[in-house]
Amino acid sequence: MPPPAAHAEIKKQLVELGRDRVGIDPGEIVEIVESVMASVDGDHESVSMGLHRDIEALAKFIRSARAEIADIRVDEIHSHHIPTATDELSAVVGATEQATNEIFEAVEIIEAAIEDMEPAVAERLSGAVTKIYEACGFQDITGQRVSKVVNTLQTVEEKVRSLLDALGDDTGREPRASTEPAAAPCAPAEAPEESATDADLMSGPQLPGNAMSQDDIDKLLADFD
Amino acid sequence: MAGVDKNMPILIVDDYKTMLRIIRNLLKQLGFANVDEATDGSAALQKLRDREFGLVISDWNMEPMSGLQLLKEVRTDVKLKDLPFVMITAESKSENVIAAKEAGVSNYIVKPFNAATLKGKLVAVLGSF
Repeated sequence: MPPPAAHAEIKKQLVELGRDRVGIDPGEIVEIVESVMASVDGDHESVSMGLHRDIEALAKFIRSARAEIADIRVDEIHSHHIPTATDELSAVVGATEQATNEIFEAVEIIEAAIEDMEPAVAERLSGAVTKIYEACGFQDITGQRVSKVVNTLQTVEEKVRSLLDALGDDTGREPRASTEPAAAPCAPAEAPEESATDADLMSGPQLPGNAMSQDDIDKLLADFD
Repeated sequence: MAGVDKNMPILIVDDYKTMLRIIRNLLKQLGFANVDEATDGSAALQKLRDREFGLVISDWNMEPMSGLQLLKEVRTDVKLKDLPFVMITAESKSENVIAAKEAGVSNYIVKPFNAATLKGKLVAVLGSF
């Protein structure tokens, strides 16, 4: 309902309206306006109730999300799972590097011996040695792919930690203050523009379907000529 | 045409030692035995300023100085600006190729590569040998 002063003012205006417009009963207009006002009041209450319900549901969702994130045990992800996965993947790279070097040692002995062989045999063996060198390029490619996986794991870890920082956890830690900037683990704080561009370009080996072939690259280079 | 001096010093740059060994061995098969190595752009730049080289073959993705940064340093150095520079990298997006070309790369080889591709690009850059 409108406040009494506003109510009196409305009544006064209705009386004037009735004076100007013969045939209109100000009493009827008052009734209509009061019923409209009552209806609007009802809508306000309905909106407030709906909003309250939504906020309550949102609060419940946030509580539930906090509990679920706490269940993930981010500290274990940080202190155990990620380092273990990183160490295992580094061991894969180390093992392939060691194996590749042993292959090189053996092949370089064969290559040295080729010089003493008959030309026809030497040619065949030399071709095979070249193929082995080419194939050993796998170590570089797999190493770069593994590094991408390690970086992805570390990014996931940091994102989860940032989420937990933002929401607070169930161990009594307060949520990060809204004025405090969230951590940005993937980007240096003040990287020079040029190095950021270079960093953007360093995405490592592409998956087979996404990679440009040497022929595609040659065509692209030719477009500059 | 005077031909290619197969004894010219070549600098190969890659942070993977196995890749350095592969390129060194393939160059040796092609008759180039005077090969020096560096494992990142800044070490390579120091070597390029210390002695004369006839060719640089460099990876892109290295720390602290990338192959692209090395290329830009070479192209802005009065003494080095005309040095043939071949990029051998797993970076195979068109934006990488364009960025390298705009920075002045002589040729671009995508990993994994084979000996025939390496030879073809060296011929394109240095001339027949």
